[in-house]
Amino acid sequence: MIKVNNLIKRFGKLEVLKGISHEIKQGEVVVIIGPSGSGKSTFLRCLNMLEHPCGGDINFEGVLLTSAKTKIDLHRQKIGMVFQQFNLFPHKTVLDNIILGPIKLKNMPKDQAIALGEKLLNRVGLMDKRDTYPNKLSGGQKQRIAILRALAMSPDVMLFDEPTSSLDPEMVGEVLEMMKDLAKEGMTMIVVTHEMGFAKEVADRILFMDEGKIVEMGEPEQLFSAPKEERTKLFLSKVLA
Amino acid sequence: MNFSFIEKYYKFFLNGTYTTLILSLLTVVFGVLGGLLLSLMKTSGNKVLKGIATAYIEFIRGTPLLIQLYIVYYGVQGIPMFTAGIIAMSINSSAYIAEIIRAGIEAVDKGQMEAARSLGMPIGLTYKEIIIPQALKNILPALGNEFIVLIKESAIVSVIGIHDLMYNTDTVRGITFIAFEPLIVAAFIYFVLTFTLSKGMGSLERRMKVSD
Repeated sequence: MIKVNNLIKRFGKLEVLKGISHEIKQGEVVVIIGPSGSGKSTFLRCLNMLEHPCGGDINFEGVLLTSAKTKIDLHRQKIGMVFQQFNLFPHKTVLDNIILGPIKLKNMPKDQAIALGEKLLNRVGLMDKRDTYPNKLSGGQKQRIAILRALAMSPDVMLFDEPTSSLDPEMVGEVLEMMKDLAKEGMTMIVVTHEMGFAKEVADRILFMDEGKIVEMGEPEQLFSAPKEERTKLFLSKVLA
Repeated sequence: MNFSFIEKYYKFFLNGTYTTLILSLLTVVFGVLGGLLLSLMKTSGNKVLKGIATAYIEFIRGTPLLIQLYIVYYGVQGIPMFTAGIIAMSINSSAYIAEIIRAGIEAVDKGQMEAARSLGMPIGLTYKEIIIPQALKNILPALGNEFIVLIKESAIVSVIGIHDLMYNTDTVRGITFIAFEPLIVAAFIYFVLTFTLSKGMGSLERRMKVSD
């Protein structure tokens, strides 16, 4: 589904991604871990071209996203993204946040979009927040709405950029639960996170990144219990301690 | 104090107030349009446009409005004074408004642009639906302030003979030989105009704050 070949990204002189190649198949849940500054978020943001790579290419469902001729807006509709800071639209109600995309980008009739939005809200038990503005929500609620906003576009893949990192500890669970449900339903997911429990439980494959490269990858069982690389061992000993 | 002149000369104040209001209103319209254009030029990637806008803004903000008014009035042969007044005031306020709009747009959180683009929204639609509505809320207080400044500063056009509130007040002083009291009347009228405007802007801001 997504094929990344020798991806390179520089910010000024700093080379953040030093040739990343990886393939993600439909229905897979891939979790990316690594120390801060390792390039994992940048890698994720390249996948929907929020960052423009300096070299290499990204193939998404047979389309070369990195080509200048590609109409990126059309393909982004199929790549949902969830941010660390939620980034809900503060001037729109919860429902309007969710249905803005379908109405404006897919020309969905308003009543149909509202029905879709309400169905999504009901599914996560947030129907009572339908007409609330985002500033009245807790962090966990904000992030769950942000996930619904992305889902309303019926994406083929979901990117999660540290979705629980700015949440209070007691709210991490509800967001992770929702992500687990998504994974069970067969959603293709690429998740940058520090939640090792989540990675262990849900991931089909874990990528460990450091200094702009994929140092090691494998199934959670193997990677957590028997890492091969020194750097992986060192990182895991710190985060699992 | 002797305000008996009002009965006989109130029409001077009414007409002057009318002229001041029309002048301010037209300046607001042209100033906002010019300011929007300048702010877009300044935030655009094009270096030439950016350079022109920056130079314009710096120059206009760095020179007195009085001189700008004289330059327009005496520099353009045969220009009607009312037109000269509007042009000079618009040129002046557009530079200030440009900076207000630019700051308002830049104050919108960068994540908003990213979130909208990640949904697949094109850049134009993102500005219309997400950035501008939020920027407007940032801009409104400063913009309201600018409008108030504009009404007050417009008194300067009396020097080229536009019959605004200030000019007509001077006329009444000249006719009646009352030097002081007409000024009080004029000050009161200016205050009513600006106070009404600031109250109006205040309630507009409150209405836009529902999502805060």
